[in-house]
Amino acid sequence: MHQLNKLDTKMALLEVKDLKVRVEEREILHGLTLTVNEGEIHAIMGPNGSGKSTLSHVIAGKPGYEVTDGQILFKGEDLLEMAPEERAAKGVFLAFQYPVEIPGVATMTFLRTALNAQRKARGESEYSTPDFLKKVREVSKSLNIPQDMLKRGVNVGFSGGEKKRNEVLQMALFEPSLCILDEMDSGLDIDALRIAADGVNALHSPKRAMVVITHYQRLLNYIVPDIVHVMSKGRVVKSGGKELALELEASGYAQFEDAA
Amino acid sequence: MNVAVAKTGKGRAVSDLFTSAEGRLPGSPSVIAVRREAFETYERLGLPHRRIEEWKYTDLRALVGEVLPLAASPDAAALKRAADAVQANAIAGARKLVLVDGVFVPDLSDVKALASEAGFRTSRETLETDAGLLKTASNDAVIALNAAMATDGVVLSIADGAQLSAPIQIIHVAIAPSASAFTRSEVVVGKGARATIIESFVAAGAKAYQVSDAVIVTIGDNADVAYIRLMDDAPDAVNITSQFVTVGANTKLNIFNMTTGAAVSRLQGFITLAGEGSELGVNGVNLLQKTEHGDTTLVVDHAVPNCVSREIFRAVIDDRAHSVFQGRIIVRPDAQKTDGKMMIRALLLSDEAEADNKPELEIFADDVSCGHGATAGALDDNLLFYLKARGLPEKQAQALLIQAFVGEAIEQIADDGLREHVIGIAERWLERRQ
Ligand SMILES: Nc1ncnc2c1ncn2[C@@H]1O[C@H](COP(=O)(O)OP(=O)(O)O)[C@@H](O)[C@H]1O
Ligand SMILES: [Mg+2]
Repeated sequence: MHQLNKLDTKMALLEVKDLKVRVEEREILHGLTLTVNEGEIHAIMGPNGSGKSTLSHVIAGKPGYEVTDGQILFKGEDLLEMAPEERAAKGVFLAFQYPVEIPGVATMTFLRTALNAQRKARGESEYSTPDFLKKVREVSKSLNIPQDMLKRGVNVGFSGGEKKRNEVLQMALFEPSLCILDEMDSGLDIDALRIAADGVNALHSPKRAMVVITHYQRLLNYIVPDIVHVMSKGRVVKSGGKELALELEASGYAQFEDAA
Repeated sequence: MNVAVAKTGKGRAVSDLFTSAEGRLPGSPSVIAVRREAFETYERLGLPHRRIEEWKYTDLRALVGEVLPLAASPDAAALKRAADAVQANAIAGARKLVLVDGVFVPDLSDVKALASEAGFRTSRETLETDAGLLKTASNDAVIALNAAMATDGVVLSIADGAQLSAPIQIIHVAIAPSASAFTRSEVVVGKGARATIIESFVAAGAKAYQVSDAVIVTIGDNADVAYIRLMDDAPDAVNITSQFVTVGANTKLNIFNMTTGAAVSRLQGFITLAGEGSELGVNGVNLLQKTEHGDTTLVVDHAVPNCVSREIFRAVIDDRAHSVFQGRIIVRPDAQKTDGKMMIRALLLSDEAEADNKPELEIFADDVSCGHGATAGALDDNLLFYLKARGLPEKQAQALLIQAFVGEAIEQIADDGLREHVIGIAERWLERRQ
């Protein structure tokens, strides 16, 4: 009985508490609070400029953001004290809205270096080359990523859809416990969106949480959230079930902009 | 009065350098006379300094100060250490020719294996009777000093039509501390021949030594040659290398230089395209750290029409290091249809790192396509963050981006094994900055 109870209680994976963030002397997040438990899928919706990417960058540890107040805990640990690579090794993954191109660094080399760096940081053994190749082949096949793409420089000459699929590929390889997807749907046609969303859904597990940031409701037809948050002007102004997304689709963000 | 005294004092000191070495310098009296004349040229000019245009950024008087006495011939213990260094730096499958402190060592070399494919003599043998090796087109003070002091080197001749089955690797090993070694070599590649020649400079524990090397390369028509120089001398050493290269018609020549060592280094290459229809690539990578000063100075002389030259140079400069690149493209009046391009990029890894780039075009023909570009900058923060967000620690993220930065120059090396060897040296340099 006691045991069952314990299983029922979901552990908080990410706790953002009253977070205030400045960029170049201007406050962008004005006291944002958000809790994501393991196994949950959250959607963060909000108009352009409401601070969605800022939040995701601060969670990933991008320099240039000044946290003036509040805290972020990941599995109970102070995330803001950690270097970006430590956060990655502990299981934080951000699929970027705009993945960068890295000419001269072959995708395969990058994937292997990154995976082994994370494993090393966790005190795990490095992947052997055959195991690694097998794993990459499996995942890239399911995401419809051709092998010759992996030989090219990271994201170099990739289409928008290919870049996003490459982010999902990394997510699948690194097996993070928290996946933040920043506007994964932007610039994708329906087919590309479906492939990427299938990839994300395949990764969903009771221990892994997803935070899906999106401007449009469309993506949420493919990745169905447990909880939807509306963000406006640097705050979460409303949270609810998946029906909130449909409500937003019908009535727009205007009501919340006033609320913020 | 004072001036005269000072001059005499200095003059005697440098003269000692020559007179004390004279007994060890090969040459008949007539060859020695040529050497003495070269030494007088050096004495008259002294070490190059900043007021000499070609040496503006590399003031050897300030950076080096004095020329050290000639290293003694290596003894048995030295040769044993050299053997280890040779093994550690040998390129798999290459035929080795080993010079230890400026002395050719047959026991460490693959003279027999080479004999079936190329003619070989030591410079010592050649110089006993023939001063030809001491004469070069350009003759600045360091070249004159090299002519005066060269103890040995290799003289290679690759016959017309020969297709070398393996690269030839000349390995210079430094053993003696606080001493100098002077080598001078000659490579002649016949018509239609195909060859890869590598010169490696390494230390076997030696510190604070000086290396002066001069190579005269002559390539016939329709040949296909790669000439690679990998300078990985000790971090407190000095290396001054001069290359004189003449290229025949319809020939492909790829020159590559990588600097990963020495406190002070200068590679000066004088390359003349003397036959029409040839394609020249001169590519270089300087990886500099601490207070290292690395100078690459190239003169590509298009003497005839219809040749293509491409120079790709990458410098990675850390700490308080200083990289110099001077590239001059000369297009002679009748060298029409010349296509000469030079691209220089410097990556500055610290605020105190320094890069001086001096591209120059001297064009005397009117129907040509020539150009150059130069950039200098730091690593891209967005790329660094992307890599860190994927779990790479700062230095490892930097290393990946640095390798990508130098990759374009290294990729010009066609041979897979050789390219891997070069990447290995670059990786060791990256590990030294961890
Ligand atoms: N690097 C930056 N410098 C200055 N302002 C920024 C920077 N990044 C974001 N902002 C500003 O912060 C606000 C939120 O941006 P962002 O987080 O990108 O919003 P969203 O992702 O919701 O569209 C916007 O007003 C934007 O102009
Ligand atoms: Mg955004």
